[in-house]
Amino acid sequence: MADENEVKDPRIDGIKTKIRVVPDFPKKGIMFQDITTLLLDPKAFKDTIDLFVERYRDMNISVVAGIEARGFIFGPSIALAIGAKFVPLRKPKKLPGEIIFEEYELEYGSDRLEMHVEAVDSGDRALVVDDLIATGGTLSAAMNLLRRVGAEVVECACVIELPELKGRERLEGKPLYVLVEYR
Amino acid sequence: MFAVENGLQGDPRLKVISDAIRVIPHFPKTGIMFQDITTLLLDPVAFKHVIDIFVDRYKHMHISLVAGVEARGFIFGPPIALAIGAKFVPLRKPGKLPGRVISEEYELEYGSDRLEISVEAVKYDERALIIDDLVATGGTLSASINLLERAGAEVVECACVVGVPKFKEGQCKLKGKPLYVLVEPSQFDELAL
Repeated sequence: MADENEVKDPRIDGIKTKIRVVPDFPKKGIMFQDITTLLLDPKAFKDTIDLFVERYRDMNISVVAGIEARGFIFGPSIALAIGAKFVPLRKPKKLPGEIIFEEYELEYGSDRLEMHVEAVDSGDRALVVDDLIATGGTLSAAMNLLRRVGAEVVECACVIELPELKGRERLEGKPLYVLVEYR
Repeated sequence: MFAVENGLQGDPRLKVISDAIRVIPHFPKTGIMFQDITTLLLDPVAFKHVIDIFVDRYKHMHISLVAGVEARGFIFGPPIALAIGAKFVPLRKPGKLPGRVISEEYELEYGSDRLEISVEAVKYDERALIIDDLVATGGTLSASINLLERAGAEVVECACVVGVPKFKEGQCKLKGKPLYVLVEPSQFDELAL
């Protein structure tokens, strides 16, 4: 995590205060982590991107994969700053052309994440980006897609982690970097 | 207006951008030549050209709000917002945004859909830019303009990477608002297969 084992970067607190927690959304019992309020503050949004860019710019990342839809808000700016390609991982039937898909569990039922097969290959070092990690199901599916085409997943990066849901344990030993935790 | 008519004639970046967009015939259904911008995103140079051209145009227009249409507007909007120091406001499918929202219905070929905006995201009279990857009928952008205006913003312009040529003729406006487009749709090149 961004503030473990070292002096916390002063930008982190500013980011955390901009995330709005909305109780009982989308249903009762869920404390929704709303990042749209972070996006309303240009300095805090820029700090968020800068923290990721500073971490990844020298790690030879060739592809940033962002998970639809909120991963699309953070991933492309990181990709542009570090000179990597951006690959959208999408809900079913949005991507044209040849795709592969990975199913993942929801609380009730399942969903699917899709990726263009030609977008990534075995020479690529990948970063997976989403706004938040909860159970880790979506990130795990994303990692599988990248692995299946032979890419190396270097790390997963999220703005927020809900550590009590233990999503970190579903990443099969791959490192996770987050800016803030919500307990 | 198209970028080539507005000071960017001969700019080599426009061809790089256009060449990077892949055409998929008959997606999502027969007869539609789908303009696939994901190949543009795989080319960091071409992707950066898109953002640079938009940023150069908007950085001195006192835009305080960039609104992006879900989902591909989320790819182009935030980098522009960050570079010009504006906030980013997502325009989303129903039920995704928490808190107080207003929604606007728009027509699809069969049926309709809705877009939502968080009312708390917009200050009265602030100057807004709306971004999407492509404009075809203009239905989604028109709904977006309505949402921003109902929330109290002044829409300065709509901007897209790709736009169909009908927006080239005449005024090139949508609900009275200017529309700025980088390139026309790419043609399907059967020989490239």
